[in-house]
Amino acid sequence: MSGHVTSKKIYFAVFGALMILTAITVGVATLDLGQLNTVVALAVAGCKATVVIWYFMEVRHARPLTKLTVVGGILWLVIMLILLFTDYISRDWMAGPQAW
Amino acid sequence: MSDHSSHGSGLAHQFDDLDQQLDATTLGMWLFLAQEIMFFGGLFAAYTIYRNWHPEAFAEASHHLDIKLGGFNTVVLIFSSLTMALGVRAAQMGKNKAVFNYLFATFMLGNVFLVVKAFEYHHKWVEGLIPGPWFRFEGSTDPAVQMFFNLYFAMTGMHALHMIIGGGLLIYFMVQARKNRYHEGYYGPVEIMGLYWHFVDIVWIFLFPLLYLLGLHNS
Repeated sequence: MSGHVTSKKIYFAVFGALMILTAITVGVATLDLGQLNTVVALAVAGCKATVVIWYFMEVRHARPLTKLTVVGGILWLVIMLILLFTDYISRDWMAGPQAW
Repeated sequence: MSDHSSHGSGLAHQFDDLDQQLDATTLGMWLFLAQEIMFFGGLFAAYTIYRNWHPEAFAEASHHLDIKLGGFNTVVLIFSSLTMALGVRAAQMGKNKAVFNYLFATFMLGNVFLVVKAFEYHHKWVEGLIPGPWFRFEGSTDPAVQMFFNLYFAMTGMHALHMIIGGGLLIYFMVQARKNRYHEGYYGPVEIMGLYWHFVDIVWIFLFPLLYLLGLHNS
């Protein structure tokens, strides 16, 4: 894994892509898309994060174990968020005494 | 650090060779970042839950953040990630002078970000938007407005703290570059520094749209 030197062009291209995506986020935020505003904002932010992880953090040249750790880190976040949100969303679904 | 190295190559005694050392340190750093993801993830979860309960109050409170300053800081931080990546690249090629220059650029961009942030905080203070007994807000009387600013200061404050720590670390690596410590086989520490810096950048990439752009289309 060591010794792979990425050309400067790729880093500059990645920077350009991130600038374009930032402009898209701001542009889309001025439109009223209802619930979709947040979805689009998070999708664009997710794209930006993926580009940073893949190119700037050089995960594309990392060992399989490192890649697995990166995916694992994101997966654990998803597990935490799903468990939290399913709890908050479903709290009022069951009729019954408000004991606690 | 140099006490444990053999012949100044940067190899710590518990590793067979520099490749193995780099693999181990990269993996270790990613494990640290995995728990950082969980840490910031908790803050993002709190934000999501409160925002779902009080969407109007959050959108109204969000108007009081300066989108121009937030956008400017986004560009500054992404630019600092570019200089950081180029710094790691220079370390891979053993160009210590270039490593110093790129890290210095990264450090200065990080400081620009923090200075802008300080101006933003000061402005909030003047406007009375600091949560607590002196909080005053013209418009919605929903207490959730204050919750938005609680989350704003908690999230951007923790992010800024990470930036300050990153700046301190950058000074250390600049000194090491001045001492010509890095060469083709030994550049791992700069790469690890880069992972940390890029992670902090990613946190801001999510903070900017969620905090600043939230209510833009209603204004």
